[in-house]
Amino acid sequence: MPNPRTLAVAMSGGVDSSTVAAMLRAEGHNVIGLTMQLWNQRRLAGHEGMPESVHGRCCSLDDVYDARRVAEHIGIPYYVVNHEERFEREVVRPFVQEYLSGRTPIPCSLCNNHLKFDQLLIVARQIGAEQVATGHYARVEFDEARGRWLLMRPADRRKDQTYFLFGLTQEQLSYTLFPLGNMTKPEVRELARQHGLALAEKPDSQEICFVPGGDYKRFIDAYLADRGDALPDTAGELVTTSGEVIGEHGGIHNFTVGQRKGLGVATGSPLYVIQISGADKQVIVGGEESLYSRTLRVSRVNLIAVDELREPMRVSVKIRHRHEPAAAVIEKIDSAVTTHSGESGDAEILVTFDQPQRAITPGQAAVFYDGDIVVGGGWIV
Amino acid sequence: MRRVYLDNNATTPVLPEVFEAMRPYFGERFGNASSIHHHGQESRAAVERARESVAALLGSRASEIVFTSGGTEADNLALAGLVTAGDHVITSSIEHHAVLNTGRHLEEAGCDVTYVPVDGRGLVDPDDVRRALRPNTKLISMMMANNETGVLQPVEEVGKVAAEADVFFHTDAVQAAGKVPIDVTRIGCDLLSISGHKMHAPQGIGALHVRQGTRIQPLLYGGRHERSRRAGTENVPGIVALGKAADLAVQGFEHGDDKNTAALRDRVESGILAQVDEAGVNGDGAPRVPNTTSVYFDHIDGEALVIALDLKGLAISTGSACSSGAIEPSHVLTAMGLRADRARASIRFSMGKQSTVEDVDFALALVVEAVARLRELSPLYKKAAISN
Repeated sequence: MPNPRTLAVAMSGGVDSSTVAAMLRAEGHNVIGLTMQLWNQRRLAGHEGMPESVHGRCCSLDDVYDARRVAEHIGIPYYVVNHEERFEREVVRPFVQEYLSGRTPIPCSLCNNHLKFDQLLIVARQIGAEQVATGHYARVEFDEARGRWLLMRPADRRKDQTYFLFGLTQEQLSYTLFPLGNMTKPEVRELARQHGLALAEKPDSQEICFVPGGDYKRFIDAYLADRGDALPDTAGELVTTSGEVIGEHGGIHNFTVGQRKGLGVATGSPLYVIQISGADKQVIVGGEESLYSRTLRVSRVNLIAVDELREPMRVSVKIRHRHEPAAAVIEKIDSAVTTHSGESGDAEILVTFDQPQRAITPGQAAVFYDGDIVVGGGWIV
Repeated sequence: MRRVYLDNNATTPVLPEVFEAMRPYFGERFGNASSIHHHGQESRAAVERARESVAALLGSRASEIVFTSGGTEADNLALAGLVTAGDHVITSSIEHHAVLNTGRHLEEAGCDVTYVPVDGRGLVDPDDVRRALRPNTKLISMMMANNETGVLQPVEEVGKVAAEADVFFHTDAVQAAGKVPIDVTRIGCDLLSISGHKMHAPQGIGALHVRQGTRIQPLLYGGRHERSRRAGTENVPGIVALGKAADLAVQGFEHGDDKNTAALRDRVESGILAQVDEAGVNGDGAPRVPNTTSVYFDHIDGEALVIALDLKGLAISTGSACSSGAIEPSHVLTAMGLRADRARASIRFSMGKQSTVEDVDFALALVVEAVARLRELSPLYKKAAISN
């Protein structure tokens, strides 16, 4: 082992990050295991529709137990750091607010931007780690020609998590390691077995970690009740794309673009949610053909592979996690439109697809790819 | 790696003399103290000798000592054993969770509980306790020394308030026992809790002083152990160890051990204040036990500091840990009116009988270096530096 380094591993108690810790330890590095305590799963227990106890979910005691057992097994120091307050402020509250405003948020990206690659990175460096490794499926590399850190899609395309990582800054990427970037999930599980990790067969987590059972509507009700806030009345009209009012709905947060079920109206042809208008609490519905659109705009842009978008660029764009990137041109929108000064985060980008895309959803991210390379991304407005 | 342990308020190492005293009771003297034969008599004698030692430490009578599994059980027994639905209890906002959460449980069971506040130094005002009295007040429970700051509460004055009002008085003396002399008569308490592992006996043993004539309901039902106040076969090795630790504590006061410990504590405080800017002592100006200091370092996260120091070989702590092992914001420092960021920026050093000047100097060097590094990498510090 030529060059042992001090590396922190963000451990969730799952197979991926546990295997990362075991790999780096076996390579002879000084590894420090860190788990972020982000959300108290028992906090909303007992509210209507919320489970009394939650097993096998992110931040549950079971996961901390699993991570601690792995750390003990491979012989590394392990600590749990409490970021509950910040997680609530930066992730949970915006998540609830986005739904109540008629958008469909992605909390995982917010968590990556504000917690995992921000607070955890700071703590890791403060305690002496040179870099932080995570179990994400992605690759990071320094490109000499561009003089920039690049985020790239991983070998295992089915596990690609770059969509959730588009917000990483150059500084954050420079301190980040993704040791699973060149491995497939079956290979990772096999490696976990070879390292004798008891959780090698633990199932993958699928849902949003703080929303048990994936029922975000019940979560929003329970969260607001817990805070002593009333659920704002976002009920309003159900309107067709031609402007005809065809019914009422119980609240815009119950809808997402592309949704077909649960509209509460019966018509001859199937209706879909086309748009949610937060300002006038309208849910606009129409036929499937109305779901398709060729353009979208993103704000709060983060560029990774380039420092600025000087001219239109051909890329492929992913508009939700499970979306096959589609060919498009991205271009900066005339800066006269933006009200704030200079910072790249203020400029908006216009995405024009070659082919219309189904259900472009405000609140989700649009991430731009040049082959395997993540050019950047932003939040769909 | 050299490792120094300055977290003795979490737990203390069992002293060699204590370990030697308890060791035979795991092996050759294994008897059940309730048995009538030779083996039982041997254990019974050891238990009763230990009871006398503990009583001597507290200025109590042997018959008034009930052995428990630890401080938490002693606190639970004191509160839940005395109070029933409809009663009112007065306690403070800075109690250990063993008292606070028993209080919450009693509230659910139909009791009223008043949590009196503390001032900026962490002190309860006995007049606040007096004002909180109600006709149905059954019990006042006020800790003697706080685990996070070491601040000593005016328990004798609170004892007078209790006596005047003719209500029961319990004090959680877990963090005071062995550190400052205790006399249940002077305090005027009916109930007083101690814990073995905070005073160099092992984990899993504690005691409750129950003043003669105070009728408490047991938490556990079973045999007539401990005069029917705590069922279950006695933890003979633990009890023997607690007795020995009590003897050593009494001898320690005679030899001025507490003054030596205070000198170590002062060395920590003056060393930090001399070498680190924007740092201070929580509870400064209040009477404190000699072994504890809680220090804040502005613009840092105490949690990161604890981890950084542990990786360098120094064991200290901050706040209290929640079930995952993460650190929760301190209810004690918050109750003292500390800003949230300063409460998060606080760490605790607590010395034990084994602590030395070398330990303290090792700790000081590491803390000064680690605080500098944390601040260098702290967005809070940078922000403050820019705005200055």
